[in-house]
Amino acid sequence: MAVETPLKGNIGDSIKRKEDDRFIRGKGNYLDDISLPGMLHMAINRSPFAHARIKSINTSAAQAVPGVVAVVTGELLAQHKLAWMPTLSGDTQAVLATDKVRFQGQEVACVIANDPYVARDAAALIEVDYDVLQAVVTPQQALEPGAPLIRDEKEGQKDNHIYHWEAGDKAKTDAAFEKADKVVKLDTFYPRCHPSPLETCGIVADVNPATGHATLYMTSQAPHAHRTLFAIVAGLPEQNIRIISPDIGGGFGNKVPIYPGYVVATAASLLIGKPVKWVEDRSDNLISTGFARDFHMSGELALRNDGRMLGLRVKMLSDNGAFYADAQPSKFRAGLFHIVTGSYDLQAAHVETDGAYTNKAPGGVAYRCSFRVTEASYLIERLVESAALEMKMDPTEIRLKNFIKPEQFPYMSATGFEYDSGDYPRAMQVALDKLGYQELRKEQAEKRKKGELMGIGVASFTEVVGAGPGKHYDIVGLRMFDSAELRVHPTGKAILKLGVKSQGQGHETTFAQIVTEELGIPAADVEVQEGDTDNTPYGLGTYASRSTPVGGAATAVVSRKLRDKAKKIAAHLLEASEADIEFDHGKFFVRGSPSKSKTIQDVAFAAYTNLPEGLEAGLEGVTYYDPPNMTYPFGTYLVVVDIDRGTGQVKVRRMVAVDDCGVRINPMVVEGQIHGGLTEGFGIAFMELITFDEEGNCIGSNFTDYLLPTAWETPKFEMGETVTPSPHHPIGAKGVGESATVGSPAAYVNAVIDAVGHLGIRNIDMPVTSDKVWAALNEKGAAE
Amino acid sequence: MGQSITVTVNGEQRSAEVEPRLLLVHFLREKLRLTGTHIGCDTTHCGACTVLVDGTPVKSCTMLAVQADGQQVTTVEGLLTGGALHPMQAAFKEEHGLQCGFCTPGMMLTSIALLKDNPDPTDDDIRWALSGNICRCTGYMNIVKAVKSAAVQMKAAAAVPAATAAARS
Repeated sequence: MAVETPLKGNIGDSIKRKEDDRFIRGKGNYLDDISLPGMLHMAINRSPFAHARIKSINTSAAQAVPGVVAVVTGELLAQHKLAWMPTLSGDTQAVLATDKVRFQGQEVACVIANDPYVARDAAALIEVDYDVLQAVVTPQQALEPGAPLIRDEKEGQKDNHIYHWEAGDKAKTDAAFEKADKVVKLDTFYPRCHPSPLETCGIVADVNPATGHATLYMTSQAPHAHRTLFAIVAGLPEQNIRIISPDIGGGFGNKVPIYPGYVVATAASLLIGKPVKWVEDRSDNLISTGFARDFHMSGELALRNDGRMLGLRVKMLSDNGAFYADAQPSKFRAGLFHIVTGSYDLQAAHVETDGAYTNKAPGGVAYRCSFRVTEASYLIERLVESAALEMKMDPTEIRLKNFIKPEQFPYMSATGFEYDSGDYPRAMQVALDKLGYQELRKEQAEKRKKGELMGIGVASFTEVVGAGPGKHYDIVGLRMFDSAELRVHPTGKAILKLGVKSQGQGHETTFAQIVTEELGIPAADVEVQEGDTDNTPYGLGTYASRSTPVGGAATAVVSRKLRDKAKKIAAHLLEASEADIEFDHGKFFVRGSPSKSKTIQDVAFAAYTNLPEGLEAGLEGVTYYDPPNMTYPFGTYLVVVDIDRGTGQVKVRRMVAVDDCGVRINPMVVEGQIHGGLTEGFGIAFMELITFDEEGNCIGSNFTDYLLPTAWETPKFEMGETVTPSPHHPIGAKGVGESATVGSPAAYVNAVIDAVGHLGIRNIDMPVTSDKVWAALNEKGAAE
Repeated sequence: MGQSITVTVNGEQRSAEVEPRLLLVHFLREKLRLTGTHIGCDTTHCGACTVLVDGTPVKSCTMLAVQADGQQVTTVEGLLTGGALHPMQAAFKEEHGLQCGFCTPGMMLTSIALLKDNPDPTDDDIRWALSGNICRCTGYMNIVKAVKSAAVQMKAAAAVPAATAAARS
């Protein structure tokens, strides 16, 4: 009987995940699982109003509750210069409100008690006297002359306008529109939604008053950057701050910012001298932490009669909430939204963006996407769908006509991105073949004759992920490099320490596989550590699909550094010249005689026991990798829907996803990432919505109102792939964590529009719910 | 104020004085330090806190500890038998049915209860049974695969003693 050789975990091997052993036993260590001796608990009193002046705060009833240790107000924080904190976009945000509340759910006061139930009881007893002000709930309202001024505390702020930012060439774009045979326009709103990781955000702050050391256990996607921000905000010496990000129960961008609760818990621990735990409940999470999207977008495409695109003009107004706290590189005011030319060879494009304050929660994180790329991808893919309808072209034909061609890479886009590699027609063809596109078009034509509504949606997206390079991309000045430190021990086992931080992506397995590929140490022998700032090299963290493009590259580079040193040692062991040493899958040998070899384990042992003259001991190294460019994953997604004319219900019959993320380290993990993204994209397209009434009351503050897809609604996915390696990444990988959330919403919505476009319906804003579809059908006299 | 309760948790009798308002999930997590049962939503939607009470999946954020008095509770920590993984645990790893791991204990317990009633479920049976458990990472594809695979393993395991008995007679 043939014995199966166990996989070592080279690149391309779908080995099982190393981290799973603890999770399936219930032995993960998430934030709320941490319990320290003497630990106190914090609860937050939040504003019930969207916009109100605080007349007074009475904490006496709360303070009188047995078990309450302290009540923290903005006034107390102001005494320590902590009432306001800087945001990731160069604005300020109230930690606890002192003058006004600016959104419903804003943090007003905190209770610290010896029991979490007591803390919550007491938080409800805090009496706040409010003078209610008119709420501003849309950015359009916010920018009207005479609109109530939300940020009246900001010097020089005369209105609710935040930023104006442009990309591309306006004159060239105007000229392209002059020459156009046809202009197709689409106004669409990408509504506010929320990453909603299943684990909410939280902190256990443990400040030792005797030593001044602060150990902060935090649900952090970026522990090193957070440490530096804490040093700046709280004025604590950075060497005394240790952030430990334990197992994280999903992030999706929600755990990138620093939230007021983290700051108050830390301050409280410092003042009281005991550990303080704060864990959000679900409403806290939905009502106050990093929301996503909320972009009002208007796109115009200039076309020739044959369907060739000549130019793209985009205007976008973002609703940033009460504080401009978007998590994004500092030079870019609307993230990387200017990637909006997508997969198309557009010679002229101009993008104009503005942002406005409203009385809503701040945040503006990229929910499983790289800095607003999903909004961009959605707009261009929806606009191309409109163009296909207007030009009476098949949506695949118009795309094929306008794709950037494989031979055009590297391709400089009209808005300044240098696309690294791609083969868009190929990915589309694989998807069309897998779906059986032509047959389904025939079926659709037959059904249409009978009055039945069936649609096929197409989206051919391109992402831009993996920021830096550091000279262009930074977070509050910190360059977006990332790091890897590799220590190979005498017995040939290794520890890999990373600056990035997994939230479920499987780093403990996939990053070990990069070491396996580069050094030949089996993945089982490589322990991956992340999330502890005292014990990992500095890095910017995990978001924007940057772990593999940047941290993965760092891992490959540091492994190669060690391999170079190992060659010197191998030459010594084999009594040969270093120049004659070759390496293949963990074995060093003299060129031409592979039978006489030394393994990486032999060499590792020698690195501590038997070194050549003049060589430092040890086999360890560290690399800080600044990528030369970002990576550009892409793919084509196809969706088939059937729509009930009587109810407007949309049923997703099929979903085919063909992704090209370059080289796949662990195909099983890659597919899992894509499944998750397709599901979150499905939720965004059809279910997930945070909206507000005219008084600024948040609707979507719990899972009764904020609907997430369950196994029952979620479609079954059919997967395909192409592999176009990134030419500048050491192992050719591009990153995949977010492709599916970026690409899929447009595919789902395009399928709906494809089903109803012939009735004259051009747009239904997400979430595409039955009532909206039925109303659109009804307006055209097509509902039953 | 306290009320005395005795709950059999993972086969072991646990007695405690608890406040009547204490939620079962907090009893398990805080009093017994069984932190494998997670809290995701507080409103009975997400299922991260699912445990088995007398074999039935219950969202322990919506049950009081005092209501569990005298009952049998199984949490994820009770799934190992003599250190060996339950077939459901093994299948979740094998089929990549988890990513961040936060929903996993609840998913596995709900699935185990399903297989007790329906040892040979279809994809739709599994999806319906799990529709009260939310996963944000996996898109459910591999969870469904894991439950199917566990069903096959468990049926095979159940068949072995029967076959052995038949061979002996």
